[in-house]
Amino acid sequence: MNLDCLTVASARTAVAERQTTATALVDEFYAKINAEDGAIGAYLTLSKERAYQQASRVDRLADAGEDLPPLAGVPIAVKDVFTTKDVRTTAASKILDNFIAPYDATIVSRLEEAGAIILGKTNCDEFAMGSSNENSGFYPVHNPRDHSRVPGGSSGGSAAAVAAGTAVASIGSDTGGSIRQPAAFCGVVGLMPTYGRVSRYGLIAFASSLDHPGPFGKTVKDTAILLEVMAGRDPMDSTTADVPVPKYSGYVGEPVEGMKVGVPMEYFEDGLDPEVRTAVEIGIQELKNAGAEIVPLSLPHTQYAIPTYYVIATAEASSNLARYDGVRYGLRSSEGKTLSEMYRRTRDAGFGVEVKRRIMLGTYVLSAGYYDAYYLKAQRVRSLLARDFDEAFAKVDVIVTPTTPTPAFKLGEKAEDPLAMYLADIFTVTADLVGIPGISIPCGKSREGLPIGMQILGKHFDEATVLKVAHVAEHALAPRVV
Amino acid sequence: MVSDKDVSYVAELAHLELTAEERTRMLKDLNSILGYIDRLNELDTSNVEPMAQVASRYGERKVGEGFLYAMREDEQRPCLPREEALKNAPNSDGTFFKVPKVIER
Repeated sequence: MNLDCLTVASARTAVAERQTTATALVDEFYAKINAEDGAIGAYLTLSKERAYQQASRVDRLADAGEDLPPLAGVPIAVKDVFTTKDVRTTAASKILDNFIAPYDATIVSRLEEAGAIILGKTNCDEFAMGSSNENSGFYPVHNPRDHSRVPGGSSGGSAAAVAAGTAVASIGSDTGGSIRQPAAFCGVVGLMPTYGRVSRYGLIAFASSLDHPGPFGKTVKDTAILLEVMAGRDPMDSTTADVPVPKYSGYVGEPVEGMKVGVPMEYFEDGLDPEVRTAVEIGIQELKNAGAEIVPLSLPHTQYAIPTYYVIATAEASSNLARYDGVRYGLRSSEGKTLSEMYRRTRDAGFGVEVKRRIMLGTYVLSAGYYDAYYLKAQRVRSLLARDFDEAFAKVDVIVTPTTPTPAFKLGEKAEDPLAMYLADIFTVTADLVGIPGISIPCGKSREGLPIGMQILGKHFDEATVLKVAHVAEHALAPRVV
Repeated sequence: MVSDKDVSYVAELAHLELTAEERTRMLKDLNSILGYIDRLNELDTSNVEPMAQVASRYGERKVGEGFLYAMREDEQRPCLPREEALKNAPNSDGTFFKVPKVIER
């Protein structure tokens, strides 16, 4: 079987029509991972026992001629920030190196109930903090399209696994761009659903008001099928909304004629790489050719999104990461003589540079005397950013932008300059702050052959329209991304 | 501007110790990032509500009851068995987590 061409739908069909068995498919994927992942580093842990158990469950169903669930036999990878019962779960941090999760994240159980086979846990930036995957506590990920370049981050391993064909699809999380940015860098599709659409239960928290689980796939349709399974109210996450979940895959293939597509001028200013600009403009032209109306518009507070994000995200992170103290799980330093010394030695030894930097920044902006000036101020600007989008979405159905200002950069290129690294997320952070859904699809290639991504943003809970538009663009642009 | 003293104070709050080298680096990075964050002061936000949660702006509410989904029946539900909860503990006696002595006699 040619694993590189398998989609969610074709993998399921292959198992359902007995062209192969789920077990044989898992064998083939592990053989490919074994041969090829050493040079990429997309996986941190392989969950073989669990994968083979699930594969035999699927095969028994198929043998019995039963109706197969929607993801039956589909081999996927899950970012190592989601808990998996009895499987090592690290968030790519040394502080959780030996952590075996005692329960499954909601999305993990939903995907497995739907028949998906979890091959393993993917590498990422430590606690999902980063834009290049170089902050992994274990090893960096190399971009499968060019091994000297980063895959993006923080869900770099999940994007790279799909790009390399070492998983049919994968799951990541997006807090400031961590699904869409690596999808753009690796030339795959990455979907961030609306905040509240998908449960965060079992997602190791980075910034709770911004963390969004979401799927990666080779095609828009694959992400639609995965979202159908992942989405919906979960009593274990009080921020999930009780909003009906449409059959997303049904919207894939619908026309976009008469739809209004907004193009915000702030996303096309000087810092934008000319090749990215051209590729995205062609994507917009294709939507126009398909009958959509292009509406130029302004999102005037765009330049304030990154500073707002780095106050809110780090404030929430400093609070969420207080739990790693060496008492209940994870690393404990043997050096501490007193409790407080043990806490400090453990956290000093367990956290990497970027995580410490964000804990420090977050603690600072929440500390007495600075709370109003930084944290409350950022929350007010967050409202202004939301207002920008409210006004835009009163006029248009979706908004189209580049996903990133440049194609994938080289490993080490931005590693010494945190601010330069933060700016890699300049086009993605706002959607996280506002809570709207967004997708990145491949829209072209640079002269060097690096993938370029186009981002489509939609209204709250309107992933269906985002997927519809993305699919039309995906088809029109297919010849440019090969 | 963040000073050496601020770095020490914040590290203490965050239960981090940091090496001398890390502190120097942290001082430089925090000042650079906070300098960038300072551009938020260009905006007049005196009449703007803070947005702490997506639902606080877009979520449905029951009148007088806050967010629609935040409340549930107060009923007993199963929780993680003790052995499971202690399985990842770096040091435990089978009933409790063990930590270095907190109170000196």
